[in-house]
Amino acid sequence: MQMPQPSASVIRRKDQIVARLSEVLPRDAVISDEHETRAYECDALTAYKCPPLCAVLPSSTKEVSDVLRICHELGVPVVPRGSGTSLAGGALPTADCVILGVAKMNDVIETNYDDRYIRVQTGRTNLSVTGAVEGDGFFYAPDPSSQLACAIAGNIAMNSGGAHCLKYGVTTNNLMGVTMVLMDGTVVEIGGAHLDAGGLDLLGVICGSEGQLGVVTEATLRILHKPEGARPVLMGYDNSEVAGQVVTDIIKAGILPVAIEFMDRPCIEATEAFAKAGYPMCEALLIVEVEGSDAEIDAQLKLIMEIAAKHNPVELREAKDADEAGRIWLGRKSAFGAMGQINDYMCLDGTIPVSSLPFVLKRIGEMSKEFGLDVGNVFHAGDGNMHPLILFDANKPGDLELCEEFGAEILKLCVEVGGCLTGEHGVGIEKRDLMNVQFAPADLEAQMAVKDIFDPAWLLNAAKVFPLDTSQPRRAA
Amino acid sequence: MQPKSEEDLSQMIIGANGPLRITGGGTRPIGHCDGDALSTAALSGISLYEPGALTIVAGAGTPIAEIEETLAAENQRLAFEPMDHRVLLGTKGTPTLGGMAAANVSGPRRISVGACRDFMLGVRFVDGQGTIIKNGGRVMKNVTGYDLVKLMAGSYGTLGVLTEVSLKVLPNVETTATLRLHGLTDRQAVQALSAALGSPFEATGAAHLPKGADGDPVTMLRIEGFEASIKYRAEKLQALLKPFGTVDVAWDDAATWTAIRDVTAFADQPGNVWRISAKPSAAPELVAKLDATAVQYDWGGGLIWALADEGRDLRAALGDFEGHATLVRGHAEVPAFHPELPALATLTNGLRAKFDPRGILNPGIMT
Repeated sequence: MQMPQPSASVIRRKDQIVARLSEVLPRDAVISDEHETRAYECDALTAYKCPPLCAVLPSSTKEVSDVLRICHELGVPVVPRGSGTSLAGGALPTADCVILGVAKMNDVIETNYDDRYIRVQTGRTNLSVTGAVEGDGFFYAPDPSSQLACAIAGNIAMNSGGAHCLKYGVTTNNLMGVTMVLMDGTVVEIGGAHLDAGGLDLLGVICGSEGQLGVVTEATLRILHKPEGARPVLMGYDNSEVAGQVVTDIIKAGILPVAIEFMDRPCIEATEAFAKAGYPMCEALLIVEVEGSDAEIDAQLKLIMEIAAKHNPVELREAKDADEAGRIWLGRKSAFGAMGQINDYMCLDGTIPVSSLPFVLKRIGEMSKEFGLDVGNVFHAGDGNMHPLILFDANKPGDLELCEEFGAEILKLCVEVGGCLTGEHGVGIEKRDLMNVQFAPADLEAQMAVKDIFDPAWLLNAAKVFPLDTSQPRRAA
Repeated sequence: MQPKSEEDLSQMIIGANGPLRITGGGTRPIGHCDGDALSTAALSGISLYEPGALTIVAGAGTPIAEIEETLAAENQRLAFEPMDHRVLLGTKGTPTLGGMAAANVSGPRRISVGACRDFMLGVRFVDGQGTIIKNGGRVMKNVTGYDLVKLMAGSYGTLGVLTEVSLKVLPNVETTATLRLHGLTDRQAVQALSAALGSPFEATGAAHLPKGADGDPVTMLRIEGFEASIKYRAEKLQALLKPFGTVDVAWDDAATWTAIRDVTAFADQPGNVWRISAKPSAAPELVAKLDATAVQYDWGGGLIWALADEGRDLRAALGDFEGHATLVRGHAEVPAFHPELPALATLTNGLRAKFDPRGILNPGIMT
């Protein structure tokens, strides 16, 4: 993966830059020692590493503003960082950059149950947002699988999703307002406790802009009362086409489950060996979860079971209680760990129209043979967000490159059938050079024009999202 | 001007010598601008509908009625319930998909499922230089590149002319019930609505009329779903709202919610109509400052519709508050859209200058 040549002039001025940042930050908030900056050399895309020039950990919007103003003045690139859990390399540093971490900013500023929102500093982790309100029966809906560790700042940057977004939407649908610092240090407030921020929907374009438009320091998030209960059913089928039809039939019957998860045979086999969840060995396994009171759940599950039964399942299992529900979810939740047990893997994130599921799975199977690499498929089937896991051996020369090539082919296939390169992980560096597959030059130009307004000097996380040669004239200017 | 294709539209914009006034069906003349009319009405037709994938794609000029009929045939719907402005604004014509998207038009269900913008999956548009641009797509989860779909939603044609929109749709519901409380003050009403919206019983409408049909206050909640579930939730909500009084339950009361959606109560009354977005709990206090002729609360109090004398500037009456006010009907010596703070205005004006450097697309409409 190519990264831009770091600026020798910036690296030469390291002492001056660190001194200026130290003027506005407490001593322990500036990290410039070469051993210590290694802690920031990568995110969860660990195949790529590069220690930054230095890292700063501000504690307030004012400090973030000071840092950005100084970096802007000195022409120093900045890479914002939440908890560093990006699978796409969204927080990968360059050697000439300042990493701006928001980890120290994790306070709850305000909780308001009457108006159903919470205001937090964005270094707070996703799960601890729910943690702050669950005692009162509320929760924050977007639930990326890294939710124990990932920060709201990163969720906003990547517009993160989760298993339950079929019903509750992704980050952008639950974000009501932000305090954001622009690269020149200007602090802007957008939206708030009211719905539909006025003027142009800047909030909408900031969410998912991968830290390229500004650093969001505070967020107003929608919170909801928890449902009374939730329960899954598990069903197994002999082929993925039938499973796809079951998903379609459930949706067409007017039921809106909170989650519909899909696993294919390689994934089931790996998971069973690892977690022994008692899954049936079959081509396609579905977990469908519904919410409500006991009576409501019973009524919905009855309809779902009727639909499932019509398609001759090899197994159909309804959770009668929390224990059985836990066992149904056990395998799905261990899937990534189980695959990791067998091998190194790369997790993809393309989305396809649900109707293309059987075709895409068939093609991935064929490509798996062509490339000689195994693939397991885990899939948010309700919304078409695929997570093919390609297995490779990191110690075998050339295997990572082969795996990346295979991954790129799968993502091209997703675009070909009417889908997209990434459903919830973001572009980062990982899918940056595939953007031309999905977008025409004019489409990318329009997106880059937005960055021109927020960050005219292209100092913020500039080597991400857009193909390097496409963004080159702007980054060089 | 009425382009027949995207290319046609692109050529017209390139060839334009002055400002263009962009319209779909011309049913939502909010804000004011002069210019040659450019209608997207001919860019009409549903190009893709996959009920199993909950997605529909259509040209910007497609009548909303056509989309709703198509969805209804598969027992699906536009869940955000777009308002039909014709009654309130006294306009004729056919509301279109493009107009709805450009004005980010939602209805009462916005409080639970989200706004029009939350259901927009993709757009195609032509910017002020005639460049054809696409963003988003037709799948529900998509974080590939910047979300210009949201930016286009509610931009009132000032960044580009929409040619195609793809939407997420949802299943229709088996049945609906409306719960009513009577005689509450505005403050009590918003508290009752907040209690219901903060419960697990999923209200999909939450409105309050200080003067209902019979002249007395009425506070309304809508619940939707399978019949057994509605019965259960209605009982639970009745118990929850007991401190606020007796709760009546009416089944299949669609007309009530259409009237709230379209603010029909103000239709035949003279005066300006303002639409105020606010923090729900702050709404009664704001309304007390307005000295309005009539008021309707929607979105649990978060959306205030106010009828006021012509020429009055309600923003002056509101003072500084968390939210914004739009003049939807009538004229005043003030801009239709809420003035932005300087730092935001810099960003907004910068974006407009990028997408429409000649300033010819609905110029001045949002200021």
